[in-house]
Amino acid sequence: MIKLLATRGWTAASRFYFPALLLCLWESLSRLGYLPPALLPAPSRVLLTWGDWIFGYDESAQDISGRWLGDALASCLRVFTGYSIAALIALILGVAIGWWRWVEKTIEPTIQMLRPIPPVSWIPLAIIWFGIANKPAIFLVFLGAFFPILMNTIHGVKTVNRDLLRAAAMSGAKQSQLLRFVVLPAAMPSIFAGLRIGVGSAWMLTVTAEMVAVKSGLGYSLWDSYYFLRYDLVIASMISIGLLGFLTDLLVKTLMGRLLRWQHTLTVQGARP
Amino acid sequence: MSFIELNKISKIFKDSQRQTETLALDDISLSFEKKEFVCLLGPSGCGKSTLLNMIAGFEHPSSGNVKLDHHLITGPGADRGVVFQQPNLMPWLPVWDNVAFSLKLKGVNKKQRQEAAQQYIDAVNLTGFEHHFPGALSGGMAQRVGIARALLQNPAVILMDEPFAALDAQTKLEMQEELVTIWQKYNSTILFVTHSVDEALILGSRVVIMTHRPGKIRDDLKIDLDRPRDVTSNQFNELKRYVLEVIREEAKLAREEQQTQTISH
Repeated sequence: MIKLLATRGWTAASRFYFPALLLCLWESLSRLGYLPPALLPAPSRVLLTWGDWIFGYDESAQDISGRWLGDALASCLRVFTGYSIAALIALILGVAIGWWRWVEKTIEPTIQMLRPIPPVSWIPLAIIWFGIANKPAIFLVFLGAFFPILMNTIHGVKTVNRDLLRAAAMSGAKQSQLLRFVVLPAAMPSIFAGLRIGVGSAWMLTVTAEMVAVKSGLGYSLWDSYYFLRYDLVIASMISIGLLGFLTDLLVKTLMGRLLRWQHTLTVQGARP
Repeated sequence: MSFIELNKISKIFKDSQRQTETLALDDISLSFEKKEFVCLLGPSGCGKSTLLNMIAGFEHPSSGNVKLDHHLITGPGADRGVVFQQPNLMPWLPVWDNVAFSLKLKGVNKKQRQEAAQQYIDAVNLTGFEHHFPGALSGGMAQRVGIARALLQNPAVILMDEPFAALDAQTKLEMQEELVTIWQKYNSTILFVTHSVDEALILGSRVVIMTHRPGKIRDDLKIDLDRPRDVTSNQFNELKRYVLEVIREEAKLAREEQQTQTISH
């Protein structure tokens, strides 16, 4: 009976029940005084400040009132630039490492040594090299997204079915054609796994970089609000970052659904977003 | 000169780990004429697939050479179509794109590829499935796509390595019938590796029986039975009895040799 209800009663609106319940609980606890506003402001307070940050109606967000779009765009641009460069290089390098043994032997050990270094620890060097501006943030985003995409691409290339290569060779494929028409599409599911992990890391590192090395963006607003003990703005920043991260992941997921349409009949859930 | 020629082929497999050498094929000379439907029959491990792979260009003889239409075969190429035991279709390409894959590699545009594929998709009775992905096809249908792909590449030479081995009995019978129709329609030369005596006798205009390892040619039979082959007729069963006897003999020799080898080791 419960199972029947669970399957029948599930509509598009159902996904909002749980977060709505949490918000109600949070709001009531704040209003009843159990949650001091200095530690955790009420959701209504956060919403109002966030609204002002976006639309600038009552100056409750003080000097960043009405500047949300600019901050969000600045962060998005850093994510987009760093992520694109990372994806491009990781894809080319990943295919080369996966396909040619000599490339693997020459380059892979170095990469495996650089990989465990947390991207954040590059911040001092990034600041000396690039100064305080967009570049260190883009560099950090690049580092964060590069390795997951690279590792998954290598894996994807190495696990290509040999028989497909034989079949393609029999159809007259030269090596470059094998890479383009067999290896790359066959590695696509793996590459997309990497791209999705990479998008998450990209956001984490933009925000980190903005806290330390940049004077704009959502991460900067977050850190700046903390100095002024504006926890409502801190939370609004966090939600903004979460929301934008969710949307960019949705973008990658949608692209994946399109490109991996052929997988739908082969897998449990398919690649449907 | 014949259409396909195997000249004094020998193949030695080297196992570098155990430092042993195995003679898989021993001085085989065979030739095939155009429009022949040749079934290569033999006990497992006799090297029949190795022989086929040499014509495909995947493997190279240790000595001797293989010629197709006077040209030496040095590697795989689009002038021969191969149908593998597994369909080996690109799962990300729809049926029509798989069939015309060789044209894609040549840079032919989409419209022309689609047109070229259609003829062969119709020939293997897959009309209506052009836009399906391989993952949505049954085993028999996927193998049909493989046959269409080989036909489009070059209907004149088709190499088949136990293509129906993984299919259920009913589908296998249907596919065998269809293959004969295709062979007649396109005047193909087909080389078909199988370990099933029935299959060889149902399909072949010629059946070549190989010995156990090292593979040599044991027998070379011309099959003149009327088509479609009546598997219950006396002539069919006489032939079958004879071929089975030869195969059994070879299998027995292979076992005995293995035993003496294990004892001597």
